[in-house]
Amino acid sequence: MIEVLYFAWLRERTGLSRETVETQAATVADLVEELRARSEGHALAFSDLRAVRAAVDRRLAGLDAPLAGAREVAFFPPMTGG
Amino acid sequence: MEVELREAPFDPAAELAAFAAPGAGAVVTFTGVVRGDDGVERLEIEHWPGATEEAIAAMVQEARARFALSAVRVVHRHGTLQAGEPIMMVLAAAPHRRAAFEAADFLMDWLKSRAPFWKKAHRAGSAAWVEARSEDEAALSRWGDGRGPASTVS
Repeated sequence: MIEVLYFAWLRERTGLSRETVETQAATVADLVEELRARSEGHALAFSDLRAVRAAVDRRLAGLDAPLAGAREVAFFPPMTGG
Repeated sequence: MEVELREAPFDPAAELAAFAAPGAGAVVTFTGVVRGDDGVERLEIEHWPGATEEAIAAMVQEARARFALSAVRVVHRHGTLQAGEPIMMVLAAAPHRRAAFEAADFLMDWLKSRAPFWKKAHRAGSAAWVEARSEDEAALSRWGDGRGPASTVS
């Protein structure tokens, strides 16, 4: 079980700020593939991965990052603070 | 409190007046304001409760390790902001000016691209997420190894 968080337009497109996912995905990319199949909104959210950043257990992670033992994965666009 | 995340407006002058920096010979402040020049009426700032505070605290810790600071503070708003309102403020105090300038500069560069905030600009009849600028991302490399507190969002 992994808690998946969405921010900004990923939240808007999926229509969710978080969801719990039953998954055996080995990497972030594998998880993305599974999430894409969940709804049209999910597919739209992940249609251009160049614009998506991920954090595994609050640590920035690439698509190839392993998910072994991960509890939380967040997806968001590049941050715009300041 | 070195890091304050808040929804309510704040007064930069009051922040400066309340900023206690014993022994400091220099205080540098930066205030970011909602630009109203391109039709933006209001800004919606989304954050990641908990993780945003942690990320900024890590940046402040890194700034303290790199620069000889007497005191440091970051205030950042979230929620809905009107054009002209202050978004955030960095205050850095040091015995001498160089460290204060550099710490404020360092914190701004990291806050721009590695603090979990996302801005949505509302104009008359439309709204759009603000896209990150490549110059902001590139600015991180000014700080040596480019890692800093950056490998984490917390």
